Amino acid sequence: MTTRTDHTPARIPARVSAPPAVRLSGARLAYGPRVLWDSLDLDIAPGELLALLGPNGSGKTSLLRVLLGLQPLSAGSVAIRGQPVRRGNRTVGYIPQQRALDPTLTLRGRDLVGLGLDGHRWGFGLPSARRRARVLEALDAVGARHYADAPVGLLSGGEQQRLRVAQALVGDPDVLLCDEPLLSLDLAYQQLVSELIDARRRTAHTAVLFVTHDINPVLPAVDRVLYLVDGSFRIGTPDEVMNSATLSQLYGTDVEVIKVRGRLLVIGTPGNPHQ
Amino acid sequence: MSLEEILRRLLTFQGTGELLRLDFVQQALIAGALLALIAGALGPLVVTRHVSFAVHGTSELTFTGAAAALLVSSSLVSVGALVGALVAALVFGLLGLRERERDSVIGAVLAFGLGLGGLFLWLYPGRASNQLSLLFGQIVGVSRNDAWLLGGCAAGVLLVLAMVWRPLLFASVDADVAQARGVPVRGLSVLFAVLVGVATGLAVPTVGALLVLSLLITPAAAAARVTANPVTALLLATLFAEVAVLGGIVASLAPGAPISGYVTAIAFVIYLTCRALGAVQLRRASRPQPTLPAAPAR
Repeated sequence: MTTRTDHTPARIPARVSAPPAVRLSGARLAYGPRVLWDSLDLDIAPGELLALLGPNGSGKTSLLRVLLGLQPLSAGSVAIRGQPVRRGNRTVGYIPQQRALDPTLTLRGRDLVGLGLDGHRWGFGLPSARRRARVLEALDAVGARHYADAPVGLLSGGEQQRLRVAQALVGDPDVLLCDEPLLSLDLAYQQLVSELIDARRRTAHTAVLFVTHDINPVLPAVDRVLYLVDGSFRIGTPDEVMNSATLSQLYGTDVEVIKVRGRLLVIGTPGNPHQ
Repeated sequence: MSLEEILRRLLTFQGTGELLRLDFVQQALIAGALLALIAGALGPLVVTRHVSFAVHGTSELTFTGAAAALLVSSSLVSVGALVGALVAALVFGLLGLRERERDSVIGAVLAFGLGLGGLFLWLYPGRASNQLSLLFGQIVGVSRNDAWLLGGCAAGVLLVLAMVWRPLLFASVDADVAQARGVPVRGLSVLFAVLVGVATGLAVPTVGALLVLSLLITPAAAAARVTANPVTALLLATLFAEVAVLGGIVASLAPGAPISGYVTAIAFVIYLTCRALGAVQLRRASRPQPTLPAAPAR
């Protein structure tokens, strides 16, 4: 399982089967003796939204780091659009958790978005009309233009997170990696931010990998779920994975999934009282 | 001494005109202008990265290096200061990667360095004014060679800063996302520490170890109060640093006092003014709670 076995050697890639946005084959990640996940095979299609769930320490963020090229796999292979992952891949966008920013930070919303466009490039970066237009376009797409000149540290968490979406999308990514982007947002903003992400993958066919501890705010948009628990995992549609039998088997204890008014309540997961 | 007498001694411009025509004064002004240029350019990132304490530590170890060099030869002070600053910058730059222990390590190293520097000064058989100038700065300390060294280093620092400005700003304001986008965050952290080290090493023999903070931090902290635009902050911080240094040198000429008191005072007044302006700006800009765009019907 350590390497990919090619059943069809030297197959000419057909036009109809474009490479998946993300492909993990026999992927394994271990820190010393601790195996986070193993034999993970996963293809994410362009435009697909995959929710990545699991308790703390199950390797959700590590999987994002693998796709960002910041963390090498212990075994197996990983590719983005058919190419091996590498640091600073322009086709990958990243949305982090909302964290409180210093109120005196000398940075405006338009600067934050601009850094998403060319912040990785060397040099001073002289202003240009084209750059300005792209940043404004990204700000408009998330409805953040009217506070683009305010200091980011004075904005609410939800306003900051909309800027984060714009920052990730301004580079026009094919793959969008979201690391708990809804954490610490109130319900209205949770819905707004997940709608922005959902709209993006529908219009631009961006594949989305969405790490979250609570599936409910994104549930309507989720195509498939990857649920990681202590080295084992399940992949499938929300219905296939988010049920009492599957989660009980994954956790090795009695877990109950109840559907109430379109929301999924998961009861009995060890050490995760919030669900 | 009465208060009036003290003020008269400190605030006098009698003979300032003649003094300004002297060679060494002009050299000091050029050196000060160059220092303010680098300090103003680096300052905003020092403030953004929350490394004021590391800068303080670097300046104290620079003092140690300069004091050690003074023991060997008074012509080596600049070199000793630069070496001390670079060692400190590399140590703190590498430590800065682990934020949690950063503070305590800097404190421990700083205290040791300052104590050691004090011992070196005690061992120094020369004039006491040389010793004091390392702490408080004295413009007679600027030789023509110093001015050339300063000019070359300033050009180098500004050039490197211009080359790494964008990714360095990215890494400073938004380290996680910068790393995800492929910015070498750790390498830039060390590089920035070295740039600050060079600036500090150049500043200590001229303006003194205690003054480095008021050049690298106060102008940038003041600028951060009145603008959120990073480029404007850079320009304002440089302007403030220039005003403080040049104003401080000129004001210190006639009384013949150490320049540090004047430079810090001017910088501090600028800082207080900017804080007040910022507070007014904020009150004016405070708007009703941001409203969400209309939520789609559910």
